[in-house]
Amino acid sequence: MSQVRVLVGTRKGAFLLTADGKREKWEVSGPHFGGWEIYHMKGSPADPNRLYASQSTGWFGQLVQRSNDGGKTWEPVGNKFSYDGTPGTHQWYDGTPHPWEFKRVWHLEPSLTDPDTVYAGVEDAALFRTSDGGKSWQELPGLRGHGSGPRWQPGAGGMCLHTVILDPSDPERIFIAISAAGAFRTDDGGATWRPINQGLRSEFIPEPAAEVGHCVHHIAMHRSRPGVLFMQKHWDVMRSDNAGDSWREVSGNLPTDFGFAIDVHAHEPETIFVVPIKSDSEHYPPEGKLRVFRSRSGGEEWEPLTKGLPQRDCYVNVLRDAMAVDSLDSCGVYFGTTGGQVYASADGGDSWNPIVRDLPAVLSVEVQTLI
Amino acid sequence: MIRVALPAHLRLLAGVGGEVQVEVEGPATIASVLDAMEAQYPMLQGTIRDHVTRQRRPFVRFFACEQDWSHESPDTPLPDAVASGAEPLLLVGAIAGG
Repeated sequence: MSQVRVLVGTRKGAFLLTADGKREKWEVSGPHFGGWEIYHMKGSPADPNRLYASQSTGWFGQLVQRSNDGGKTWEPVGNKFSYDGTPGTHQWYDGTPHPWEFKRVWHLEPSLTDPDTVYAGVEDAALFRTSDGGKSWQELPGLRGHGSGPRWQPGAGGMCLHTVILDPSDPERIFIAISAAGAFRTDDGGATWRPINQGLRSEFIPEPAAEVGHCVHHIAMHRSRPGVLFMQKHWDVMRSDNAGDSWREVSGNLPTDFGFAIDVHAHEPETIFVVPIKSDSEHYPPEGKLRVFRSRSGGEEWEPLTKGLPQRDCYVNVLRDAMAVDSLDSCGVYFGTTGGQVYASADGGDSWNPIVRDLPAVLSVEVQTLI
Repeated sequence: MIRVALPAHLRLLAGVGGEVQVEVEGPATIASVLDAMEAQYPMLQGTIRDHVTRQRRPFVRFFACEQDWSHESPDTPLPDAVASGAEPLLLVGAIAGG
């Protein structure tokens, strides 16, 4: 019997939600690490019982936790994230140089083939890797060393590397995204990087079509088509058909093209999901209606999905890493809100039900499909 | 034997129920006590002082014999009562945040 495990990171701990393939009855485990912020938690595709969690607080800094039994027990592993060489400076909000300082891990991306290898996207933006199960972390300095680093600037949430996508067809190719520097790609396993922001326009920066400086919120890919990328930018939903070499806008008929989360259906690579948010100063859904929008045409044409979602007086946000899909025959879609709800759809978004309603603010949602 | 009282979150992380006891070689200072404690409980590394700068985290404070030692040099000898184990060194998380 298949099983689904939803990994939920919140402002005050981690929660594991499990159900069988019907996805009707859920068991809730947690809080794990109560009181700590869990920015992200993810399982290894090569060993689903191997989980990694990013745990931090303003008091005691960053920890990384590892589980070898699917989240029943955890052990702290290495938490030293030391930039390679002299870190140098990036731009502060006011444009003045500011030294690179490690703050926290935003995203943990386990290798597709090796449970002991994990990439960590951190704030201030850099990419680290462990190849010993988290005991030690080394920076991939080619990214900050790309040359544009001194021009990178933080977004409102900090200068975070929040998206790491490993290309299933090419182990040397990795995509990352930084707020507010933009998207970057390596084709040599992380040694060298180049910005992939051609086609993005950000009217709020001095040069709207600049090589770097774009506030990319999230990127998603379908593993069967690693050259096709979908992006939710600060404003604009974008699409690339050439692995990021160029982008075009596919916001189409969305009520607002601001938002954070974006994901792709597990079996339909042209079906994508976003949660439109009213604006960058009003981080809640338009009209107080929580709506997921689905496009079955890879963008441009969108339909609102409302069944089971609150359609009045709803003013929560859905953060960038808080949406995920399972890979069961009828694709499950999941997202968490800053109001502590985790919604699930077992029918590709047609209808929704809350798995839980009252967790702390949800920072991240990942799903494991266990066969 | 030096006694150290940790904040609840760090006790949980270190898997200890009450005070931690450590031995130090040479003078008992904030630095030598933390070095000994981190060697005994490696999971605490980076949680009290920054891995790279070795500076105390801003929301962690040190108290000894009812005095705030947070801004003392980490190499200043601690009071005899702490060095002898009569009094604990208190590590306190700031009451802040939400």
